[in-house]
Amino acid sequence: MSSDPTIIETAAAQRLMACHHCGTTWQGAADGEACARCGTRLHARKPDSINRTWAFLVAAAILYLPANLLPVMITKSLLGTQQDTILSGVIYFWVSGAYGLAALIFVASFLVPLFKLTALVLLNIMAQRRSSWRQLERAKLYRILEVIGRWSMLDVFVVALLAGLVRIQGFAEITAGVGIAAFGAVVVLTMLASLSFDPRLTWDTMADAPAQDMTMDNEPI
Amino acid sequence: MPDNPLLRMKEVPDAIVCEGCDAVYRRVELRRREVSHCPRCGTELDRHPGDQSARVLPLTVACLILFAIANLFPIVEIELQGLSSQTTLAGAVVALSAGGMSPVALLVLATTLLFPLLQLCILFYLLVPMHYERRPAGFDVLVNALVALRPWGMIEVFLLGVLVAIIKLSSMAQVIAGPALWAFMGLTVLLTAVLSFNPRTFWELAFEPRQGQGG
Repeated sequence: MSSDPTIIETAAAQRLMACHHCGTTWQGAADGEACARCGTRLHARKPDSINRTWAFLVAAAILYLPANLLPVMITKSLLGTQQDTILSGVIYFWVSGAYGLAALIFVASFLVPLFKLTALVLLNIMAQRRSSWRQLERAKLYRILEVIGRWSMLDVFVVALLAGLVRIQGFAEITAGVGIAAFGAVVVLTMLASLSFDPRLTWDTMADAPAQDMTMDNEPI
Repeated sequence: MPDNPLLRMKEVPDAIVCEGCDAVYRRVELRRREVSHCPRCGTELDRHPGDQSARVLPLTVACLILFAIANLFPIVEIELQGLSSQTTLAGAVVALSAGGMSPVALLVLATTLLFPLLQLCILFYLLVPMHYERRPAGFDVLVNALVALRPWGMIEVFLLGVLVAIIKLSSMAQVIAGPALWAFMGLTVLLTAVLSFNPRTFWELAFEPRQGQGG
């Protein structure tokens, strides 16, 4: 490991490329060439990362509205039919005194997707501008997003299980509403967005740009 | 003029590149339980594999057994005024698709059943021959599939979903936990241990010692 952490050489500047599947480092490989060890295509950066991330983010943001406005669950009981959105489910728990559960669903289903969308928009704008603003915090933010994103699927599973379980004809019947399809799509799209975002772009600042244009081949390390 | 990429491409065995910020470091031998992080961005660089490769195969077999129990038996049963209803994971998927929610049904089926099962089967298929130091057919495709499947298996999120559903129902009906619920709990714990095994280790096991080293 380099003794002085303030002097950082990037693989791009050294004309090295690491295979993202097997981790082997190659010298003199062309972008798009297959890794000689595992056959994965080598790329200095994820191809077209910023545009792909934007596409997934825009699609997720559009579907975010129906996901929160349309009913995710329809309950038919002797008392009549009740339609629940994500937030009305949270309110139901809160009113009935299950504060912890209400908070859990509110965080997993409402805050996490919203936080993920805004954070990825921020990361992508900063990467596009090659900004050097708070790089360490941005790197940490990206790692947090990768961990929490999957937990938004919680409501999809709750509705799936309730729809499978509560099927007592005439007495109580729960079916899934259209909103849950939109909600599932939002979760998948934000996960695809964070997978297509390349965290290395956070560190490709203006100062590093000339290094990538160097034609001279450096010795590694 | 087509040239041979193997003549041009050269492995740099003592370099390690940070996946988070592209910084290059010299690879150091790690001691047991040691993990190295990138000093610039904090992303994990390398981790000592420990004796994990010996432990993963038995854990995978245990996971497959629990997986069978978790999917063959009902997860929960409810009783309401003498009427009862129960469901398995597959039952929930079928109910969703019958209700016109096929995309959601497919999503649930993939993230809780197909992908975790595929991950476990691939691990089993790779680990058994590698125990006898043989490289099974389709090795590279399967290891890469293992990496790609990783973010999409969501057994632990599903378990939390089951618990939330149980609490939700407990106010209006009598809820009885089925055998599959306990199996899902065990599966969540074991699967976490199994999936902490980095698929990248397969390449190191398959090519030991590293290509280009000692040459």
